[in-house]
Amino acid sequence: MAVFPRRRLAAVALAATTALLVTAGCGGGGDEGGDGPVTLTVDVFGQFGYEQLYREYMDANPGVKIVERGTGTNLDEYSPKLTQWLAAGRGAGDVVAIEEGLMVEYKANPGNFVNLLDHGATDLKGNFLEWKWNAGLTADGKQLIGLGTDVGGIAICYRKDLFAKAGLPTERDEVSKLWPTWPDYIATGERFVAAKTGASFLDAATNTFNTILLQAAGNTTGYSYYDTSDSLVVDSNPSVRQAWDTTMDIIDSGLSGKYGSWSEEWVSAFKQSKFATIACPAWMTGVIEANAGTAAQGKWDIARVPGNGGNWGGSHLAVPKQSKHQAEAIELVKFLTSAKGQIGAFKAKGPLPSSPQALDDPAITGATNAYFSGAPVGAIFGTGAKSLKPVYMGPKNQAVRTEVENAVRTVELGQRSPAQGWTDAVTNAKKAAAK
Amino acid sequence: MTVQLDARPPVVPAPPRSSGRLSRLDTRLSPYLYIAPFFLLFAVFGVYPLAYTFWVSLHDWDLLGADHPFVGAENYTRLLADPDFWHALVNTLGIFVISTVPQLLAALWLANLLNRGLRARTGWRMAVLVPNVTSTAAVAIVFGVIFGREFGMINWLLDLVGLDAIGWKSNRFASWVAISAMVDWRWTGYNALILLAAMQAIPRDLYESASIDGANRARQFWSITVPLLKPTIIFCAIIATIGGLQLFTEPRLFHSGTNPIRGGPMRESQTLTMYMFENAFAPHYNFGYGSAVAWLLFALIAIVAAVNVLILRRLGGGAGPRKETTP
Repeated sequence: MAVFPRRRLAAVALAATTALLVTAGCGGGGDEGGDGPVTLTVDVFGQFGYEQLYREYMDANPGVKIVERGTGTNLDEYSPKLTQWLAAGRGAGDVVAIEEGLMVEYKANPGNFVNLLDHGATDLKGNFLEWKWNAGLTADGKQLIGLGTDVGGIAICYRKDLFAKAGLPTERDEVSKLWPTWPDYIATGERFVAAKTGASFLDAATNTFNTILLQAAGNTTGYSYYDTSDSLVVDSNPSVRQAWDTTMDIIDSGLSGKYGSWSEEWVSAFKQSKFATIACPAWMTGVIEANAGTAAQGKWDIARVPGNGGNWGGSHLAVPKQSKHQAEAIELVKFLTSAKGQIGAFKAKGPLPSSPQALDDPAITGATNAYFSGAPVGAIFGTGAKSLKPVYMGPKNQAVRTEVENAVRTVELGQRSPAQGWTDAVTNAKKAAAK
Repeated sequence: MTVQLDARPPVVPAPPRSSGRLSRLDTRLSPYLYIAPFFLLFAVFGVYPLAYTFWVSLHDWDLLGADHPFVGAENYTRLLADPDFWHALVNTLGIFVISTVPQLLAALWLANLLNRGLRARTGWRMAVLVPNVTSTAAVAIVFGVIFGREFGMINWLLDLVGLDAIGWKSNRFASWVAISAMVDWRWTGYNALILLAAMQAIPRDLYESASIDGANRARQFWSITVPLLKPTIIFCAIIATIGGLQLFTEPRLFHSGTNPIRGGPMRESQTLTMYMFENAFAPHYNFGYGSAVAWLLFALIAIVAAVNVLILRRLGGGAGPRKETTP
């Protein structure tokens, strides 16, 4: 009888010792002081496309070495890690990427970040779209947490080979003409499904739902789950309901392949050409290229999004207060978010610049993407980028969005009826907001 | 002669009084000193986090927030009324039962096989431990692929024989089975070795006299081996309980995509530790609430362990070799 508790204690002690060793081994990125070169750690997720820019920066600044962590990781893995590093006071990189949804939560506790207004950022205001600049500002306007990287102008990416197989037009202008509105998009999807190509029309209902919601919200109220006074309006905002109903039509017509977005199956579905279209914010082009691989080069193309414009995603770069090389990190942030830096990132992986100068630059307006059959990505995403209307996000946006998208997913998988799903979405969203 | 005698130093110098005290102090205290490192480590890495977690659980503690107002037992009262918490508890217990029962039966069977005179015995015994030294992450990823809905191997096989595909990740019971398979894959061999060690301590003459009495192998197994293994089986059950109630890596890595910490769209296989993580970290960052989950989990394990100990006491006494075995 006595054997067991002692063993357990021993196990605890062993685990504790191991944890100690591991922690000691992992401690801190880039904190070696002295006269040697300064190592700056940059934390990102997804595809930011900075590799070439790092090389240029290191050539121009021999005293700086840049190490990047996180390319290709999922935002859902990245956000909690970053939050833990900030809460623990160590572990975060010298430069960190903050996605727009998370920015809202970080703005509530700005003390974790260097105020860029104290470091000459005020002069840079004209380099950013006004709403992008404002998104990095705290509510009182006194602290700038991050400088904008990209915005998420939306299009639809589609597989030409699958469209041809289904007897649909494949040329991008003709494809755009197929779906001026979302009901037209659904009608096209029904034609595609009827042709029985062995592929689905779209990847996952959640991606399309989020696109429709952000578009509808941007075109009407300017907010989605929370209104601008931070009250939860998930059940009263007509944009949410409209996006929900359209998505239910999509599911009802059997258009979705039900590949949970960002899952391993989703990645496999890219590789195996299992769906024909995907809601495509500018940053998604880099994700598609990474997931579908070189075998699909030239098989993808980009058409207009149904409805009118919309913005999904986009990030800021910030410098955590815990960084030991704040001055150097701030300079790097300024470089990466400059018009030149944004153009470089766009060329590498497709995130659309948030700088009006960059958007007007011939390098953007004339840009084409070879992977997407030479589609004029600069014109497709860049046109209208300057008139993008931002969507306001409230304090628990991420948690609420998770609940609503999960409700979409339960209906998509046939676990819930659309009516039950809506009830779940509203009750669970309220519960999440109260947590 | 006398000179020689005088020059010889005393064989045992008379110890001064104070050194006697010291040596007595030494015998009394040094054992504590020897075990102190463990208790120091335990205090720092066991007791302190435990106490601190309890302190946090009494506050409205936003992970990033500067203020943490004291709220007393509010986190606990809210948690007890939280259906998602009870849902996670049922998941945890469900996965625990359908993983542990077959696991111990299979381990018993394996141990019995390994206890026979096999060729290359050590090789076989080492082999059953291989799944246990494989990284959990690797196991979870491979099983995640095997149990995929559309591209998974099992659904492909089901399709070959004309059966409908199973949504391994979105069907509650199916996801429990898949995760249990993962747990069993890792832990059956480990338990088999422990049972094997206990089996080898059973005196051979018991079997010999049983054979003389005409008992066949199966009869010997159930009437001699199993009763004598009872304490070991209970030990394995306790270890499995602790592991089972804290199950995290397997179900967490079984799900991928957006917000995998939910364990499926309707929390089909979200265990208590996953629920704790969901609250303490993304997407809620409510450290106080997460800490309350951690403490209730601790209480649950303590209760289950106490029940185990009671059972052990009761059965442990009766498990020794009986003087008279009535057939």
